[in-house]
Amino acid sequence: MPSREDIYGKVVGILVDSLNVDEDEVKPTSTLQGDLGAESIDFLDIVFRLERGFNIKIPRGELFPESIFQGDPEFVQNGKVTPKGLAELRAKLPFADVEKFAADPQVTKVSDLFTVDMITKYVEGKLKEGAS
Amino acid sequence: MRWLWIDRFTAFNSKHSATAVKNLSRADDLFRDHFPGYPVMPGSLILEGLAQTGGILVGEANDFKEKVVLAKISNARFEREALAGEQLTYHAEIVDLRPEGATIQGTVKAGDDLVARAEIMFAHLDQARSAQTFGDQNFVFSGDLRKLLGLAKLVK
Repeated sequence: MPSREDIYGKVVGILVDSLNVDEDEVKPTSTLQGDLGAESIDFLDIVFRLERGFNIKIPRGELFPESIFQGDPEFVQNGKVTPKGLAELRAKLPFADVEKFAADPQVTKVSDLFTVDMITKYVEGKLKEGAS
Repeated sequence: MRWLWIDRFTAFNSKHSATAVKNLSRADDLFRDHFPGYPVMPGSLILEGLAQTGGILVGEANDFKEKVVLAKISNARFEREALAGEQLTYHAEIVDLRPEGATIQGTVKAGDDLVARAEIMFAHLDQARSAQTFGDQNFVFSGDLRKLLGLAKLVK
């Protein structure tokens, strides 16, 4: 089982290849869309590369759900994610820092949950799953 | 559709690799303008030929049921120019084949010289965007692209 640092280093390499960014631009807190400029098709590419690089299987929608709330008013009200919506996020994205997001849960900022650190934690979880 | 940038497949190993050739003829319209007195194959069309080679390989893997579209080109490199009179050999190998799409590694050669190499990612249109549907008709593999495979068999 590789260490968190090893996994992080490999994730950075994958993002550098996929998004054509410089290695020193990539920080654990970097958001994929906001900081690293990822577009929708890049998410598919990143999933492909993570599977190849770590020899893991990523079920569709598990790392990057296509639509989390689907416009459900129970989850989003007045542009903010409701407590029920936050619970949904915690359930669907257990490897994301939902608590930080909960401080100012604007729905337009949901994409900020997808950080380099979040991917690292997700991969770590997958590798543990495979090792157990 | 006459947007064909390969002439013929010379090898086809289903789900693994494909090789196709493209003869660059001075009579091709594009060389009149690109460039007068210096007939050089545009890099974008070299990539198109590689994408068609790889795209048909990816399409055939699912019996042409998926709408295979070029999604992303990562790390394309051009090593030298290709001029009228040369024959380009496109070789594509599948490195990833999934329900949502596929990735190929490709090389383009003129004789033994490496002209270009690239990694190309394809998406299966209906699978990659579940919210949208693009209809039953497969507009990607409707005509000429599929006939190319038939031609390959004919020549053999």
